[in-house]
Amino acid sequence: MTEHATDYELVIRPKYGLLDINWQELKEYRELLFFLALREIKIRYKQTIIGASWALLQPFFTMIVFTLIFSRLAQMPSDGVPYPIFSYSGLLLWIYFSNALSQSSNSLVDNATLLSKVYMPRIFIPTAPCLSGLVDYGIAMSILAVMMVYYHFMPGITILLLPLIVFMTFLLASGIGYWLSSICVKYRDVKFALPFFIQLLLFVSPVIYPANIVGENLQWLLYLNPMTGLIGAHRACLLGHIPVEFVGLAISAVLTITIFVSGILYLKSTEKYFADLV
Amino acid sequence: MIASKKEEPIIEVKHLSKQYSIGMDTTYKTLSESLTSAVRHPLKTLKDCRRQNDTFWALKDVNFKVERGEVVGVIGRNGAGKSTLLKILSRITYPTEGEITMRGRVGSLLEVGTGFHPELTGRENIYFNGSILGMKKREIDEKFDEIVKFSGVEKFLDTPVKRYSSGMQVRLAFSVAAHLEPEILLVDEVLAVGDAAFQKKCLGKMGEVAKEGRTVLFVSHQIDMIKSLCRNCMLLSEGNIISIGEVNEVVDQYMNPIFYGNDNVSFNVRENKNIDLQILEGRVISKSEEICGIFDVFDIVKLEITYVVQKPLIGSVVNFEIRRNGSLVALSFDTDLNNSILELRNPGIYHCIITLPHPLFKPGHYTITFNTGIINSTTFQRLEEIICFEIQLLSQPSSLLSYADKRPGIIALPVPWEVKNISGV
Repeated sequence: MTEHATDYELVIRPKYGLLDINWQELKEYRELLFFLALREIKIRYKQTIIGASWALLQPFFTMIVFTLIFSRLAQMPSDGVPYPIFSYSGLLLWIYFSNALSQSSNSLVDNATLLSKVYMPRIFIPTAPCLSGLVDYGIAMSILAVMMVYYHFMPGITILLLPLIVFMTFLLASGIGYWLSSICVKYRDVKFALPFFIQLLLFVSPVIYPANIVGENLQWLLYLNPMTGLIGAHRACLLGHIPVEFVGLAISAVLTITIFVSGILYLKSTEKYFADLV
Repeated sequence: MIASKKEEPIIEVKHLSKQYSIGMDTTYKTLSESLTSAVRHPLKTLKDCRRQNDTFWALKDVNFKVERGEVVGVIGRNGAGKSTLLKILSRITYPTEGEITMRGRVGSLLEVGTGFHPELTGRENIYFNGSILGMKKREIDEKFDEIVKFSGVEKFLDTPVKRYSSGMQVRLAFSVAAHLEPEILLVDEVLAVGDAAFQKKCLGKMGEVAKEGRTVLFVSHQIDMIKSLCRNCMLLSEGNIISIGEVNEVVDQYMNPIFYGNDNVSFNVRENKNIDLQILEGRVISKSEEICGIFDVFDIVKLEITYVVQKPLIGSVVNFEIRRNGSLVALSFDTDLNNSILELRNPGIYHCIITLPHPLFKPGHYTITFNTGIINSTTFQRLEEIICFEIQLLSQPSSLLSYADKRPGIIALPVPWEVKNISGV
């Protein structure tokens, strides 16, 4: 033990480098990421009456409202599947994404004491809420399963893509979360702009409507939103009603990876100021 | 091979400097705040922009080495750079210049109970807090019973921490921290919390840590604690190391009024007409009205201040807080015995002399903080620890007196005991 320990040497210098990721350290602290996520899960529904049922109620009632307004009143097309299951299969991923994103973006400011009183890889703080949100996603999935039985949907082989799609959504929410949470340490404007931004993003994502509602020549605009490809593929791989749009998924993948990597770099380059500013 | 490594100091700090910028309301800003302040005070905003370039060095060219197994105390007044030093060593913030080499695993304890969540149970918080402090789950599993036993909260392990008394929370949190096993432990003023019995227990635990050969850097205002724990000590002032060496010598230097200079026994403040009630100057004086920084327990200590009132004020107070070795001993309002100035204070310049009761204050390092404001609502001015002085026990042989520095208790109270032998022998 001591012999091992004598080899340990740590040098602290002023930080200038952009790319300075200590993988060894991330590995050493990995349990902490798990504990942070676990803490989020444990405290989320403390002191509520119906507890984790909120994870079911939120998407369920949104689906009902959407069905009443957009299907009954606005006659929204839905790729030929019943509107409730159409909107729910999109909402499921959307709600995971929007909750993870908003918690992640506020996470650094909300955990100010963790920044100013202990050392740990800062990147875990905005990552944890995106991990813990997956539990809610899993719970809400049960309603979709019931609906699929009810409407006689059978997922095809493309269901194997589901983990990949969820993982990409996780990367996307984390990536934007890295950007926004780092900015929020300095400018609290993020706190106010974010709910608004998420709301707008919903309207340019194919949750309420299918992506093909927009004319061929303008569809590329919709695909600039990385959630477009993900929500479309998520729905298609679960319901199997149309083939998975691989081009759209590929565009999302490129955008997601770009955002995720640049987010890490941005957080890494600003983290040295966090404790002084927060 | 290992032997040669052991000769290298475990902590080596070279030319360490840390700069902060002072446009201090820029701690964080929202866009609208910037806009409204620009509209309201265009001149001030311009000045602020210019002032942003103003910086100050919290640490300036600090160099030192710590050998393996040393327990080093770090002392100095508020703002001397102690906490900044610890924060840089624990990698919470980064240095502006310089280099630090640490040859061992570092654990830092800058706050008790970081990350404690009130909704989680004691058990859950032990795991969470432990992992935040850098323990592995396996390590926590192993030490779990020991931690619980040390804290003495066995019965409430599955109760949410928010139902704990604040004392219990501190005990639990410290117990987790006390079971950290890094080779280098950095500790900031954390023992100031908790009741006396528990403090003693913690001191014992810290002593053990030192005996196990681990290296400890320990920041505290409580000089007696530093003396009992550390063999070596460093004194910081305004970002520089003033002295480093054997603990008693350094502490003596810290206690020496020459070290403070006249800045700390008297002060002047530039008049600001926007402050309705402002203290302009003050000093600590002896019975013969001379400025003085060192007193005997049986000496008279007087504070003298001059303040200006700009307009008739209702409910205004001037007060001071007196701290001994960093902990608050008493608070006094000028309206305590004089109700008429609470009702109305007319514009003008006032001079007042405050005679502290005596003997009352035990030997120690005292600081005075003055405040002015409207009672229970507004603070006009706060002069934090603006005056410092020492009280020592010089006039009598100290070791037998109940109020000697080392004895427990916070005030010196020579109490008359009427003792009679009633057996008639």
